[in-house]
Amino acid sequence: MNQLQNFTKGFIRENPVLALFLGLCPTLGVTTSAINGIGMGLATTFVLVMSNISISLLKNLIPGNVRIPAFIVVIASFVTIVELTMQAFVPALFEALGLFIPLIVVNCIVLGRAEAFASKNDLFSSIIDGLGMGVGFTITLFILGSIREILGSGSIFDYKFIQGDGMLIFVLAPGAFIALGYLIVLMRKVNK
Amino acid sequence: MEYVLIIISAVFVNNIVLSKFLGICPFIGVSAKVETSLGMAGAVTFVMTFATMVTYLVQTFILSRLGIGFMQTITFILIIAALVQLVEIILKKVSPSLYQALGIFLPLITTNCAVLGVALLAVQSEYNMIKSVVYAIATSIGFGLALIIFAGIREQLELVNVPAAMKGVPVAFITAGLLAMAFMGFAGMA
Repeated sequence: MNQLQNFTKGFIRENPVLALFLGLCPTLGVTTSAINGIGMGLATTFVLVMSNISISLLKNLIPGNVRIPAFIVVIASFVTIVELTMQAFVPALFEALGLFIPLIVVNCIVLGRAEAFASKNDLFSSIIDGLGMGVGFTITLFILGSIREILGSGSIFDYKFIQGDGMLIFVLAPGAFIALGYLIVLMRKVNK
Repeated sequence: MEYVLIIISAVFVNNIVLSKFLGICPFIGVSAKVETSLGMAGAVTFVMTFATMVTYLVQTFILSRLGIGFMQTITFILIIAALVQLVEIILKKVSPSLYQALGIFLPLITTNCAVLGVALLAVQSEYNMIKSVVYAIATSIGFGLALIIFAGIREQLELVNVPAAMKGVPVAFITAGLLAMAFMGFAGMA
């Protein structure tokens, strides 16, 4: 497969959230605003790329039987790095994302790419794959975060463009499910 | 009284799936039939309770004592993975019939973020041993409740004429949104 295709497959055709339905918990949980969506997306992208690099390099050393626990340890190490770094440099975002940062460990996208791609492909393709999937995830979170922020609080990137409150339901839990449902419908129309 | 508050809060008000967004994958994935959701709910209750108990002990007696709190994420996920494996082996020997019933759901639970989430939340809320266990059991009841109600709705939904683009997952999400709205009625109770 050529590398450009490898990079862009995560955007639409194999979009991890909207086409493969992976990583749904952080997608719903953190997208109360556009900036939270981007922050979560970038944190996950970092873990995704780093774990793809490590696993692609280690693929011949890890015995097949214990590969899943081994992958999880690699992923958990990078998640801890992200967690400590964010706590030190962007404490506000760290507070906002809360529990969902340590939960990147159990994000099925990361383990899924490790198992399905990085453990079978060379280093360079794995980096490109990790970046592509990460960007696809980040874009999706950004779009969903924007929709919920615009409808729910009438602002975008904290810049308020209406007076008073928006439709609060979109910031609360039900709005997340409904907005994501319609986003998947839109995606299916585009994919056709 | 404190325990009653923890239970009501975990089952209804702060329902793990519908208001905290944890465990969405099994919620969408295995909720097509009421029977399979019962199996999943049972397996989650089992693992979540044990995992919270063990992670509580490890957090209190190892991580906090040695001042290595930053190892929390790695330690907890390994404990959960090992525990799931252990439960699988023990069940296979002790109760083959229960193993048959829970069988395929057990390995899936390692990547159920609700289990790790509850273990982390119990530590964050600074619950003691008994409170942590009560919290874990109540949370898994909340998970089971949401899952079974949702499966019931989806069984009915099979018979309805849904627009082609919305078939399957999208309509499930919108249904979940309405269910979450219903659960918002519990807000302020605890």
